[in-house]
Amino acid sequence: MTLVALALILWLAAWALNVRLANGPGSHTPAVRLAVPAIFGLTLLVMWELLVRGLEVPLVILPAPSQVAVKFAEELPTLWLDFKQTFLKGALSGYLIGCGAAFATAILVDRFDFLRRGLLPVGNFVAALPIVGTAPILVMWFGFDWQSKAAVVVVMVYFPMLVNAVAGLQETTAMQRDLMRTYGAGYWASLTKLRLPAALPFIFNGLKISTTLALIGAIVAEFFGSPTMGMGFRISTSVGQLALDMVWAEIVVAALAGSAFYGAVALVERRLTFWHPSQRKQQH
Amino acid sequence: MRTAGPVLVVVAAIFAIWYAAVPVMNIKETLTGLERAGAQVTPDSPMARRDAGHLGLVLQNSFAIPATYAQDRPRLPAPHQVVLDLWDTTVEKKVTSKRSLVYHGWITLSATLLGFVIGTGAGILLAVGIVYSRAMDMSVMPWAIASQTIPILAIAPMIIVVLNSVGLQGLVPKAIISAYLSFFPVVVGMVKGLRAPDAMQMDLLRTYNASRTQAFWKLRLPASMPYLFASLKIGVAASLVGAIVAELPAGGATGLGGRMLTGSYYGQMVQIWSALVFAAILAAGLVLIIGVIQRGTLKRMGLA
Repeated sequence: MTLVALALILWLAAWALNVRLANGPGSHTPAVRLAVPAIFGLTLLVMWELLVRGLEVPLVILPAPSQVAVKFAEELPTLWLDFKQTFLKGALSGYLIGCGAAFATAILVDRFDFLRRGLLPVGNFVAALPIVGTAPILVMWFGFDWQSKAAVVVVMVYFPMLVNAVAGLQETTAMQRDLMRTYGAGYWASLTKLRLPAALPFIFNGLKISTTLALIGAIVAEFFGSPTMGMGFRISTSVGQLALDMVWAEIVVAALAGSAFYGAVALVERRLTFWHPSQRKQQH
Repeated sequence: MRTAGPVLVVVAAIFAIWYAAVPVMNIKETLTGLERAGAQVTPDSPMARRDAGHLGLVLQNSFAIPATYAQDRPRLPAPHQVVLDLWDTTVEKKVTSKRSLVYHGWITLSATLLGFVIGTGAGILLAVGIVYSRAMDMSVMPWAIASQTIPILAIAPMIIVVLNSVGLQGLVPKAIISAYLSFFPVVVGMVKGLRAPDAMQMDLLRTYNASRTQAFWKLRLPASMPYLFASLKIGVAASLVGAIVAELPAGGATGLGGRMLTGSYYGQMVQIWSALVFAAILAAGLVLIIGVIQRGTLKRMGLA
């Protein structure tokens, strides 16, 4: 019980500290902005460790963070293998193909008004459907290896990306387009010099949504059949063996990969859309 | 009405491509079946057929094209096969039958709805906390955003097994996963919405000497409604995905996810397709219902 009490005291202390920091004079400094969420996250981890040990939760059901860390270090080669299979082969190739195809379609849709009026409502509709459900079909068509995972990812990222890219290409005002026309710019010049740059914030919105979808698609598709590796395969078999520390290790890998992927796209976005209001430094 | 024509053309084009693809996708299995039945197929050795291209086989055996639309276990079922199976498993079967899609759909839908209600409620509460407590905003919000980059569905099988070992089965574990998926869109949308009133509007309330609770009920909450409904549409679709995926680790017993999994075990493509179409109809229906409520609410509020 002392561990549980310790956990509660720690929670209260950390929360009090966070309240002080957040409402204190220095709450806008970058250090505090980083420290507050970091303290919150750390408290959660330590509470988890203390509660699991204090309440004597069976470690099979809920492994303590320290165990997960040990397992992570032990199984590094396996985790790397799964990461390569699921992320690099399945998710990333599907992401590139899907987003590329959607972008090409968006240019076409933007060029032909008929397609915009016809394809866009359909695209909006399909984007809201449970596309993950196509996984069993695509696994049957493309086999158990990474190609079927990439196919699931392509289908999942295509419509959100298409809808965003088309919305972005419509973003310029009539006045801006008229200005380009007075410069004597043709379709391609106004596309590359005006409309594509103006569409970038929307395109990156689509790209960022797609990063998560890509990883989800690749992992869920592996539940429907995969070679004897991959993050989805490892999660489903480890759950079957009640090796939950391994499952958590895979979740850590998924979290790291997902955040890094998202972060990388966001970084490129910041470089390319530095002019957009949302990228300006906040001033207080 | 300006969009109705083009939409119809696009949908018709999709069906045309679908029908055209069916013979190409199914030709090999069809030919094997026809050969066993005694028909004369053009490359008569199975080995030669295995290496031949799909399109070439269709052209050489054009007599087999009708049969590709009537396969028992097609690689790609024709649209009418899916519709027939859908009709057969929804209208023809008794609702309580284990072979009825309505039965499986209800299992998934109940988990979806319970999860959606839990997730939305928790999301709104957290959003209110975030807007009113600076400490919560600074500590919870970055994690809420970061959690969006993590494939949460990866955790689904583990939650199912863990809750199962504590004795929780069936509806609740699935609802928890659905709730988790609808939770974050609602939090993010609601925080944005509650902060939508600008400084001038807040100042106006201050000149009216309104209290914080009055400001919440009369300004912040009404102002957040358009944002809330936009989030609810995303959230309800995500809830359904969560419920379906949560059914996978159970080994394909019940629910739409279960139908997909058993279909994939036994190569019953038509079953997968009809479960998928049923799920799509369900999702579209849920989004539509939210849309109707949205229009009604916003109209009453004078916003639309």
